[in-house]
Amino acid sequence: MRNIGIIMRRELASYFATPLAYIFLLIFLVLVNLFTFYLGEFFERGQADLNPFFSYHPWLFLFLIPAVSMRLWADERRSGSIELLMTLPVTLWQAVLGKFLAAWAFTTLALVLTFPIWISVNYLGSPDNGAILAAYVGSMLLAAGFLSIGSLASALTRNPVVAFIVGIAACFVFLVAGFPLVLDAFRGWAPQPVVDAVASLGFLTHYEAISKGVIDIRDLIYFVLLTTWFLMATAVVLDVRKSE
Amino acid sequence: MIRTEGLTKRYGALTAVDAVSFTVKPGEVLGFLGPNGAGKTTTMRMLAGFVNPSSGQASICGHDVDADSLAARACLGYLPEGAPAYGEMTVGEFLAFVADLRRLRGAARARIEAVIERLQLQGVLGQTIETLSKGFRRRVGLAQAIMHDPPVLILDEPTDGLDPNQKHEVRSLINELAGDKTVIISTHILEEVDAVCTRAIIIARGRIVADDTPQGLAARAASGRLDDVFRTITA
Repeated sequence: MRNIGIIMRRELASYFATPLAYIFLLIFLVLVNLFTFYLGEFFERGQADLNPFFSYHPWLFLFLIPAVSMRLWADERRSGSIELLMTLPVTLWQAVLGKFLAAWAFTTLALVLTFPIWISVNYLGSPDNGAILAAYVGSMLLAAGFLSIGSLASALTRNPVVAFIVGIAACFVFLVAGFPLVLDAFRGWAPQPVVDAVASLGFLTHYEAISKGVIDIRDLIYFVLLTTWFLMATAVVLDVRKSE
Repeated sequence: MIRTEGLTKRYGALTAVDAVSFTVKPGEVLGFLGPNGAGKTTTMRMLAGFVNPSSGQASICGHDVDADSLAARACLGYLPEGAPAYGEMTVGEFLAFVADLRRLRGAARARIEAVIERLQLQGVLGQTIETLSKGFRRRVGLAQAIMHDPPVLILDEPTDGLDPNQKHEVRSLINELAGDKTVIISTHILEEVDAVCTRAIIIARGRIVADDTPQGLAARAASGRLDDVFRTITA
C-alpha cells in the first residue's frame, strides 16, 4: 500500500515537472467551457442543470485522456528507468496501480477546476446538486475507464505518440460500441445476445444514465470491472515485454 | 551470496545466455568480462529480476530471483547499464524516492548523507538529472545502488563514460565497499579487473569460457597480459 502511494506521488509530480500539465489543464478548461456555452447552449436552454456540460465529456476525454496516459509506461521504457523501477522492491501491481492513480488524480484535478460552471448554475437557478455530484462521479469513472485503456496502450510501445494514437483509437471503439453504426454491423449475422453484449460494452450506455444523476450499481460495476481488466492487461503486457 | 544454476535466456532462436552456472561468495568481487553482445547484461538483468530466465535458477542471499523476487531485490543494490533515472527529478528527489521505496528511515536514512558526500553529489542535489553530465549521472546511479548498504552489489559498467579521475574514484569506492559484500561488476576495461576484482569470468556467446583469478587468467598468455588472453579465448 505504501509503495503505491510513493509511486503515485512521484508520477503526479512528474506531470507538473513540465509545462505539459498546465497546457493540458488550460486546454481542457477552455474546451469544456466552449462546448458547454456555445455548442451546448447553456444559457439559451434556460434550464438550471449541467447536462450540456456533462454530455460533451466523453468526446473531450476521447482526445485528452490518452494524452494524460501516453507517457505512463512508454517513457519508462524509452528512458530505461523501467529497469530501475522493476528492480526495486516493488511489485508490478503496485507500479501499475500507483501510476494509474496518479493519472486519475490529475484528471480529477481537471474536473475539480471546472467548479466555476457549478457556481454559475447555482447563481442562476437552483439545480439538483445531488444529480450534479453524481454526474461528476460518472465523469471520474469514465476517465478511469479511458485511462486504463490508455495505460495498456502506453505499455505496448516505447513511443508516447504511438501510445496516444492507439489510445484514442481504442477509446473510440469503446465509446461508440453502443451506437447503431457499430451494432448494425453485428445485427446482420450475430445472434441477439452478442449484439446486446457489444451494446453493453459501450461507455456511453453506462455514462449517460450516471450523467443524468442516476447512479445504477450495474453501471458502477461496469466501470470498475472494465478499468480493472485493462490494468491487469497492462501488468501482463509489462511482465512479458518490460525488458524489450 | 549469488548462485546461478544452468541460467539460460533464449530470444526466439537466439540463445543470449546459455546454461551459466557460478557462485559468488561474500568478500569476492567478480569481474564479468566479454565482448559486446556476449550476454553480460542479460545475465545481470536476470539476477536483478528484470529479465525472466527461460530456464535455470538464480538466487541472491538464498532468495530465488523468480519465486522470491521481492526478498531477493531487497538485498540487492543494482546499477543498470547506462544508469537510467527519472530525468525530470532533481538528484535529491530521486534519491529520496528510492530511499522511500527501500523503507530507509532513522539511522539508515542518515546514511544517505554519507553516500551523497562520498560520491560528491552535494553540489548537484537541487539539479534535475537530465541536466547532469554523464559522470554525475553514473554517480547518482551508484548512490541509489549502495544507499541501503546491500549485502549484494551488481554493477553493470559502473565506470563507463567517466574520466580517468572519476574512474579511479569509483574503483576505490568499490574496493572500500567490498569488505564482506558479494559484488559483480561488468566492464570492458581489463585494467579494471586487476584494480578491483578478486576473480574474473569471461563470457562469450552466452557461455562461460574462463573463470579464474585475474593473475591466473593473465598467466594463460605467453605475454602475461590480460588483453591477449581475452582476445584468444573470445575470438
